[in-house]
Amino acid sequence: MDGLRADVADYRTLAAAWGRAAMSYRASFVMLSLGGLVITALDFVAIAVLLSRATTLGGFGLREIALLYGASGLGIAVADLAVGQVERLGRHIRSGRLDTMLVRPTSLLVQVCTEEFSPRRISRVVQAAVVFGWGCGAVAWTPERVLLAGQMLVSATLLFGALFVGLACLQFWTTDGQQVANAFTYGGNTVTQYPLVIFPREVVLALTFAVPLAFVSWYPSLRLLDRPDPLGLPAALAWCSPVAVVLAVLATVLVWRAGVRRYTSTGS
Amino acid sequence: MVAAGFRRSSTYRAATLAGIFTNTVFGFILCGVFAAVWAARPDAGGYDATQAITYVWIGQGLLAVVEMFGGGSPDDLAERIRSGAVASDLARPASVLGWYLCLDLGRACFQLLTRAGVPLVIGALVFGLTTPTVTGALLVAVAVPVAVVVSFALRLLPALTAFWLLDTTGPRLLGGVLTIFFSGLTVPLVLLPDGLREVTLLLPWAALLQTPADLWLGRVSGVEAVALLGVAIGWAVVLLGACRLVLAAGERRVVVQGG
Repeated sequence: MDGLRADVADYRTLAAAWGRAAMSYRASFVMLSLGGLVITALDFVAIAVLLSRATTLGGFGLREIALLYGASGLGIAVADLAVGQVERLGRHIRSGRLDTMLVRPTSLLVQVCTEEFSPRRISRVVQAAVVFGWGCGAVAWTPERVLLAGQMLVSATLLFGALFVGLACLQFWTTDGQQVANAFTYGGNTVTQYPLVIFPREVVLALTFAVPLAFVSWYPSLRLLDRPDPLGLPAALAWCSPVAVVLAVLATVLVWRAGVRRYTSTGS
Repeated sequence: MVAAGFRRSSTYRAATLAGIFTNTVFGFILCGVFAAVWAARPDAGGYDATQAITYVWIGQGLLAVVEMFGGGSPDDLAERIRSGAVASDLARPASVLGWYLCLDLGRACFQLLTRAGVPLVIGALVFGLTTPTVTGALLVAVAVPVAVVVSFALRLLPALTAFWLLDTTGPRLLGGVLTIFFSGLTVPLVLLPDGLREVTLLLPWAALLQTPADLWLGRVSGVEAVALLGVAIGWAVVLLGACRLVLAAGERRVVVQGG
């Protein structure tokens, strides 16, 4: 536990240092933050345009989709802010920077995740929070549902975080395959923005049992919106996100350890 | 130079495979979404369901060819302007604009065969896509190179701000935002509300995806199709002209600074 506390403290120190560095180019920082906000805003506008033609997707209206979109968006945006820099692992391996990091008395993962940490990614968090807030209007709130919504957001963040780190580990084996990771992270984000009922049954099952992204927004939201599962799966799945999180984090830890063990320096 | 651009792209084999994989995954996701939209409104935007699915795969295919997310030779030029290496480009007995355009056309040819070809074949095998008429195919064969030229100019203009700015990330990001939305990648422009739709179809970004797709799908034909292609070609000429002016202005600045 002490080790974990030290890691958190290191993370804070390093992230704060890089954050200050990013803020020192103020014009650039403002432009990139606003750009990020506009990109993600247009992303939801696109869904609104689709819904303006179809009115519902799989029986879900725009406001209900906003709930799914917001939960998934908040999850990936916070995860990206916290650990997204891990995507650059391949670059550190190629440049030999990883060797320098390995000899430092700080957790390797903390160093990789904070390297060039930039607070501008917060603009995506803001956009997702706004959409989620609007989507919350579709829910008839009870104390149980408030709890469930909280659990959904925390689980979504941890699931995407585990996915970012786990897939970045692929770069210990091949340094060119980063795009494959995008298919799962950003692809997973795109899928979970929509009611999963519009996708084939096999896809939903794969997202439940293989890559548990259905727990990011779909199962908890079904319960928040008081809808039965279209596939007839048990309603209790709404509360199973923490199980998916534990499994995903465990798998990620194993892959990370295997990757670090396998790592042999480029020698440069 | 076109061949050089082609060969250079072809060396990134793992990256190409990974890109094809990602484009295909997104293709399947969007097909699910579009199928649901067209199930609710079978004639949305003047497309039928098969045409809508075809649009998805044309989009995923052209995405890398016209470098929707930025990149290609304009990024190299931006870096060379920043480092001063552009001086040796200017000293060559060839136009800088032509040199980098050829490199980018070569890159696009390679992406057309791989990043566009493979997802389109997969899409066709899984879903059965709308095939263009002979005239449609001929128009597409003109529209795609035009799309690459327009996209090259749209990527080059923000990159050329490197003559004046130290960091071009901001302008390039802004360019990317406009491209992703107004090309019709996130949502086909034909679905936009009346008024906005007509305007966006005339903007240069439409030439990147919406125009080639409409020619492929036969949403427009005859005189209207030729007019649509004409607009795209017009933008290619105007934007390349703009690039030339900005480049000339930038060149003078390099001389002032002494390179």
